[in-house]
Amino acid sequence: MTKSQLIDAIVAAHSFPRKAVETAVNTVFDSMVEALQKEERIEIRGFGNFTVRKYKAYTGRNPKTGDSVDVPEKSMPFFKVGKDLRERINNGVDPDA
Amino acid sequence: MTKADLVESVYARLEGFSKKETADIVESIFETMKDTLGQRDKIKISGFGNFVVRYKKPRRGRNPKTGEAIEISERFVLTFKPSQVLKNALNV
Repeated sequence: MTKSQLIDAIVAAHSFPRKAVETAVNTVFDSMVEALQKEERIEIRGFGNFTVRKYKAYTGRNPKTGDSVDVPEKSMPFFKVGKDLRERINNGVDPDA
Repeated sequence: MTKADLVESVYARLEGFSKKETADIVESIFETMKDTLGQRDKIKISGFGNFVVRYKKPRRGRNPKTGEAIEISERFVLTFKPSQVLKNALNV
């Protein structure tokens, strides 16, 4: 499913006008990018949480040539799935229960 | 940031919708995504990232606390792969 298919699916299932759904979907993802840029944690109950993890600089190696490469420190988004969604993906059962 | 904050952002950009209607639209976004992922289909949001459901075979593991050997059952896990655009946005 792509973003435009997500919009199609929402419009098909509800009586919302397409234009409003497009604005909402775009605003939701834009706002989440902005929050992560501010290193703000995002918590969507039942769906999951997004956090920003910081990684220190390290010296790596180019696996092809063996040359050493300096990798600068970086921030990466990290997603942890919520309980409700994890159960849905596993046929309604929590695999750790 | 919570869903309520997202509702506020969307409400500020939509004209002619009540707070309640806006909340319903935002709710439908996450519900539709959950339905799709629940069917183990992937979702690709350009500029944000991809959500992919992966199958994990059963394997032997250990309880890290007790050292006891345990069988980890097969399962499906959801992974999020951030887009290059999002990764760049976090490293400016």
